[in-house]
Amino acid sequence: MNLAATHGFLSPTGVEIAFLLVGLVTLGAAVVTVTTPQLVHAALWLVVALGGLAVEYLLLTAEFIAWVQVLIYVGSVVVLLLFGLMLTRAPIGRSPDADSGNRWAALAVAVAAAAALVWVVVDAFRTTWIDLAGAAAGSTEATGASLFQNWVLPFEALSVLLLAALVGAIVLSRKATTDPVPPPLNSRGVGGGSRPVPDPSNECTGPAEQDGTVPDDGSGPTREPRSDAPPGRGKGALPDDGTGSTPDLNGSVPGVRSGTAPGGGEKPARQEGGTR
Amino acid sequence: MNDALDVALRLLIVFVVFLTFPLLVGQTEHKVMAHMQGRLGPMYAGGFHGWAQLVADGVKFAQKEDIVPAGADRRVFQLAPAVALLPYLLVVLVIPVGPGEGAVGQVVDAGVFFVLAVMGVGVLGSLMAGWASANKFSLLGGLRTAAQLLAYELPMLLTAASVAMAAGTVSLPGILDAFEWWWLPWQIVGAVVFFVAGLAELQRPPFDMPVADSEIIFGAYTEYTGLRFALFLLAEYAGIVVLCGLTTVLFLGGWHGPFGADGLGWVWTLLKTAVLAFVVIWLRVTYPRLREDQLQKLSWTLLVPLSLAQIALTGIVKVVIS
Repeated sequence: MNLAATHGFLSPTGVEIAFLLVGLVTLGAAVVTVTTPQLVHAALWLVVALGGLAVEYLLLTAEFIAWVQVLIYVGSVVVLLLFGLMLTRAPIGRSPDADSGNRWAALAVAVAAAAALVWVVVDAFRTTWIDLAGAAAGSTEATGASLFQNWVLPFEALSVLLLAALVGAIVLSRKATTDPVPPPLNSRGVGGGSRPVPDPSNECTGPAEQDGTVPDDGSGPTREPRSDAPPGRGKGALPDDGTGSTPDLNGSVPGVRSGTAPGGGEKPARQEGGTR
Repeated sequence: MNDALDVALRLLIVFVVFLTFPLLVGQTEHKVMAHMQGRLGPMYAGGFHGWAQLVADGVKFAQKEDIVPAGADRRVFQLAPAVALLPYLLVVLVIPVGPGEGAVGQVVDAGVFFVLAVMGVGVLGSLMAGWASANKFSLLGGLRTAAQLLAYELPMLLTAASVAMAAGTVSLPGILDAFEWWWLPWQIVGAVVFFVAGLAELQRPPFDMPVADSEIIFGAYTEYTGLRFALFLLAEYAGIVVLCGLTTVLFLGGWHGPFGADGLGWVWTLLKTAVLAFVVIWLRVTYPRLREDQLQKLSWTLLVPLSLAQIALTGIVKVVIS
């Protein structure tokens, strides 16, 4: 790290120019992300923005942070986002109802947040420059040493926070236990494959209600409950135990393209289970 | 000038490897599957045992019309094969095949993270293809792909982290430099978990639920024809090469030979990779496809706990021996 006195803004190096250009691309992608009327395109532009950010980290010699950025944000967060979009509604073309009425309030919040961040960063790092010629200041070793020597308390606090979030997610996705008789959530393996019949033996009967209580563990489309079990046998409160028949693929995807749930299989006599 | 030549040569070699090795795996798959299932397989093209079948396939793909469905999102649809294929090229760049700096395309400081991050990006290609095709089977395939990636990324990361803990570095050549033969029994659980999770991420049988042809035609790739479809297939085989190479480097000692026979290091790497690729093909012929819920259950209830146990074991042994 050198003082700014030896550097000038009027004779930028190649790395600085590249940093600026990538920054512009990132900014442009971010703006498109929030303004495009197409939902999935927004998610894909988010990939570009997050990837551009990773390149900026690389240019600042923080290689480890850059790859973690790609791994977590592009590889997991965006995939989760796309998964959620495709599971609920992912129309091709414009979706005008996705336009928020809070446009100006959002703009104000965004500008305020950006101004605060820029001010903090500029104020903190005004006179520090990264020496590109020497050893990488952001190598894995340097990052690890700094993280576990100087910043170990924030690190631990963050991990406790994440653990709390994890436990909270599990608690939220668990079925409510106020119900004395568990609804036949995943009891489709007991009978064949036919349309969900409201089971009179418990309170939670409608397929729509059951949809809301299925734990969202990433296997959504095949977890359509088949509450066709005889009363008293629907004990399948746990996630599927591997005895089910082949998942019904024709009618059980909620909201493919149209946004309206097509419901379970229309034909009551569908008996495809057990023959595969 | 010399530096530029060096870089160009490395890039060229990596590119050639990237173009040829997947084809070799494809050809091996033809032959191995044919033998294992007691059938002939493609025997005519080229004369001797159908050696030119892949060339014929390539010509066929190149001749086919490139169709974009009318309702599809054109640009995303056309971009998807590139997004699926290119990450594997980047991964090949950093896999070391022999000792020293001369035997790796580019030494990356955080190699393990680079490799896993870039492989995760490749799956975006399948998601884009599944969504942009405007076909409900494609969409189902995309959904299954995403669910599978989310489930299997975690055990893969955890087991790779276990090796990094053992070696005290996240650089791939650094891991190989630190390798000792007794790492093999020490990390064997991690190796199996990594390999299985990698297979699932590549959507190879028995984890090919996202492309299950008897249920959803060909998943996210249903609407693709011609060269774009061939690129997706190439991505799958490049993925096999990359996965086997990575397993070799992380868990099987890479260029280290047995009994201290380290001469001709790159031969050992290629040999181990080839054996693993054979296992991949073998599994395809042997096992039926897992159902979607079985897929999820295998990851969350078996692979994740196993990889956590492996990390605990690695930590304990590391503390004891240091």
